[in-house]
Amino acid sequence: MNIIVCVKQVIDPEAPPASFKIDAANNKAEMRGAAPVIDPYGEYAVEAGLRIKEAKGGRITVMSLGVNLLREVVKKPLAMGADELILLEDEALTKGDGWSTAYSLAMAIKKRGNFDLILCGREASDTNAGQTGPAIAEILGLPCITLARKIEINDSKIKMERVNSSGYEVIESSLPAVVTVSNEIGQPRYPTIKGIMAAKKIEPVIWKPADLGIEAGKVSQRTRINKLFQPVHEAKCEFAAGETPEEMAVNLAVKLREARIL
Amino acid sequence: MSDYKGVVVYCEIKGDKILPISAEGLGVGRKLADSLGQELWAILVGGGIINLAQTAIASGADKVYIVDDAQLKDYQPDAYLSVLEKATKQLKPQIIILGQTDVGRELAPRLAFRLGTAVTMDCVELAIDPDSKRLLQTKPVYGGNAQAVFITETDPQIVTIRTKAMAALTPDASRKGEVINIPAQLDASVIKSKITDRVIEEVAGIKIEDAQVVVAGGRGIGNADGFKQLEELAKLLKGAVGASRPPCDNNWIPDTAQIGLTGKIIAPEIYIAIAISGSSQHMSGCSGSKTLIAINKDKEANIFRYARYGVVGDWKKVLPAFTQKLKELITA
Repeated sequence: MNIIVCVKQVIDPEAPPASFKIDAANNKAEMRGAAPVIDPYGEYAVEAGLRIKEAKGGRITVMSLGVNLLREVVKKPLAMGADELILLEDEALTKGDGWSTAYSLAMAIKKRGNFDLILCGREASDTNAGQTGPAIAEILGLPCITLARKIEINDSKIKMERVNSSGYEVIESSLPAVVTVSNEIGQPRYPTIKGIMAAKKIEPVIWKPADLGIEAGKVSQRTRINKLFQPVHEAKCEFAAGETPEEMAVNLAVKLREARIL
Repeated sequence: MSDYKGVVVYCEIKGDKILPISAEGLGVGRKLADSLGQELWAILVGGGIINLAQTAIASGADKVYIVDDAQLKDYQPDAYLSVLEKATKQLKPQIIILGQTDVGRELAPRLAFRLGTAVTMDCVELAIDPDSKRLLQTKPVYGGNAQAVFITETDPQIVTIRTKAMAALTPDASRKGEVINIPAQLDASVIKSKITDRVIEEVAGIKIEDAQVVVAGGRGIGNADGFKQLEELAKLLKGAVGASRPPCDNNWIPDTAQIGLTGKIIAPEIYIAIAISGSSQHMSGCSGSKTLIAINKDKEANIFRYARYGVVGDWKKVLPAFTQKLKELITA
């Protein structure tokens, strides 16, 4: 099994909200004082890949598109057990939108070739869109299965469970296919010391637009961002009064009852 | 672009009903169509669904396109996608609205990329830009820390909408509309993956997505026993128990209870957040709650920026007294 996993470097979604700042001029956001991380769902996708590799053998290639990719961040999947890393690290490739990102990744997957399965997280923690996986599938004309919570591979067929609101669906498909992974797949493993040492020795392969047959400056774009802003939350919390926690609790209960909320 | 006209809502059907989120889609679609001076259409896909056409009309549609075929009785992504692709190519709508459901989440991006256009997922506000007449698509990003307004430059402009973010119209049974059948003409070669089984997982008590009241705990609860106290309050209020990510990671409570970006996104009437600091990853799952009540020992905790009512104090002291008093008041 040759597996390609797409991951994204994002600002840390677990950082305190107070460190979240918007750079309005560039329609970009940052987490001040917090290092970027691999997108949480991307880590679930890496974990899903590693479990298949353990069961069936094979090789895991990790791909990531972005700029200023910190090596210690993007190498985390290698430290978890992936085998190679391809970075699409170029300003021109990040100038586009969800479509161009998926297109660049699809071209890189094609160039890499020799794959049975492509895994992505169900959505990135920054854009919260969940488009990249389905988009890669459509661009490459591959089967697309989303929201996996369990993946089994048997005789070049994939059988998986897809999370839905009332339980799950069992889906079967031919390979190669694109699968997006949900958190129900199970906790991503922590890198071991041995894994971290091994990852240090792996040099990422860097591909530029020309390597992908994409003309820099002609990255196709269908969507543009008009405005990025922080919704204002007026602090309008009514705090229950009281000398002790118990007294405050009683006063809260009375207040909520009087306001007919509970 | 100019040959694209009309606003179309893909109405998702579950059992023998159109989902509430699709009625919300028709509600906002009606406004958009009126502001563009265009028609609002509904697309219904399924088997034996002809009697649902009138519901879509009552909810605002001018025309209802029905793809009714026994082979489409149950949802199959590839079959439904191919039907929507054909219908879209035939109708050439300017705007397509789907719900951000487990079906919409996969159909919308696949349809968009198959048609060579773009999609904006999980919109909470939709409006027509008065100058360009393009669709202004507002959606939460960065786990709800920010919102972004997107414009799609290609047609059709495809969006999914967040549940309960837009208002449905009051159904008007006297509204008139046209019903048009579109033949399914399914081609077996488009089916690459197939749903072979559907499993409904029973949950004890009320499902968290359906609960009117959710009592949720965070890292500060400390252990599985702590969650038993939350259960007591949830039971009293006929609600469900939820959690932020740390309690799930620590196995104090099953993963299915997780609220947030990597869990469930819910919008109950009442959300009681206990010992939850309010990280953006958590808030993106519960910020749609109507009334949020927070108990936290840190007055500066982010959760109080979202809360309508709050107590600053140790939950171990606050919660038993709160539950006890509420019990007295409710039984009185």
